[in-house]
Amino acid sequence: MSGTELFSLALGAILINNFIFSRFLGICPFLGVSKKVETAVGMGMAVIFVMTVASAATYLINEYVLAPLSLEYMQTVAFILVIASLVQFVEMVLMKMMPSLYQALGIYLPLITTNCAVLGVALLNVQEGYNFIGSVLFGFTAAVGFTLAIILLASIRERLEFADEPECFKGFPIVLITSGLLAIAFMGFQGLSIF
Amino acid sequence: MKGIGKQFKEGILTQNPVFVQFLGMCSTLAVTISIQNALGMGLAATAVLICSNIVISLLRKVIPAKVRIASYIVIVAGFVTAIDLLMQAYFPDLSESLGVFIPLIVVNCIILARAEAYASKNAVFPSAVDGLTMGLGFTCALLVMSAVRELLGAGTLAGVQVMPDGYQPAMLLILPAGGFLTLGFLVAIFQKIIRKGE
Repeated sequence: MSGTELFSLALGAILINNFIFSRFLGICPFLGVSKKVETAVGMGMAVIFVMTVASAATYLINEYVLAPLSLEYMQTVAFILVIASLVQFVEMVLMKMMPSLYQALGIYLPLITTNCAVLGVALLNVQEGYNFIGSVLFGFTAAVGFTLAIILLASIRERLEFADEPECFKGFPIVLITSGLLAIAFMGFQGLSIF
Repeated sequence: MKGIGKQFKEGILTQNPVFVQFLGMCSTLAVTISIQNALGMGLAATAVLICSNIVISLLRKVIPAKVRIASYIVIVAGFVTAIDLLMQAYFPDLSESLGVFIPLIVVNCIILARAEAYASKNAVFPSAVDGLTMGLGFTCALLVMSAVRELLGAGTLAGVQVMPDGYQPAMLLILPAGGFLTLGFLVAIFQKIIRKGE
């Protein structure tokens, strides 16, 4: 893949086809862990790390284990196992090597296993036929897009705490409406797809 | 049989997975642009939910507590793969339009949540009923949402034109942003009704 292609891939994953606002992947943590900017940042960082490594690992597994054995129909099972063990592994390494970061991420690490963005990126990499560099870059930039979205929402939600919304909109509905407005804002990036 | 009625009421209304428990948001928002998609997704998830609940309930005394989540995921992934292949074979169009969201049923939080909260603690038959009711609750929620989005966003219901000719479809509603807005308003209405009922 050439430099321009990679650049347009990265730009597309972060802004134009943002995982949250246009592909609807990773909505659960996006809505669940966006109460505070601090935790949103922690979650975002953990997702960036796991998604980048998971893209690389699932690419290798698909290319060198599943494809030669023509077992592609086992992708879902193989990928989710790789992701689950990867998350477990990351958790153990962090606990040993960087206890402070481990403390900060806390319960968000195990939650990443069921973040559909991670499995989604692995499946999309195969569907789109990206090569190794493309897959890793797509995983990384898609996670950056996720982090951008979750931090934006968390900063708005911190202010919404003091807003006086109608009784029945309290809690979840107002968060959804806020995300809807953010998604409309992100639609403005559609025109960027010039490459 | 009174218990079953209660389970149905819980699954579809008071404990509705989408409108009350806020589970399975990704597929809810993504597939509800048309009624066909919503129905396909809802029924596929229901089938997986019933099967996985039965198997997990059967194995609940065998699976060690420490590796239970990983074992649940493997069981669910097996059923999802089966459903995915069946849909590719018998409903290729539907499978095409749902795309990556069929394999993503694996990480649909509804299925893991029911495995953890219900099937791992209850006998086989109630677990199967629980899978059915929760699945139907999910399907109903998807149908309501897709009906609103398809009617206002495209002027059709299940592909049939229902709005008068002069109707200008509100394109926004079938775009991603419309998914968030529709769900937000529906949850607000749902909360209002539930409050009134109390």
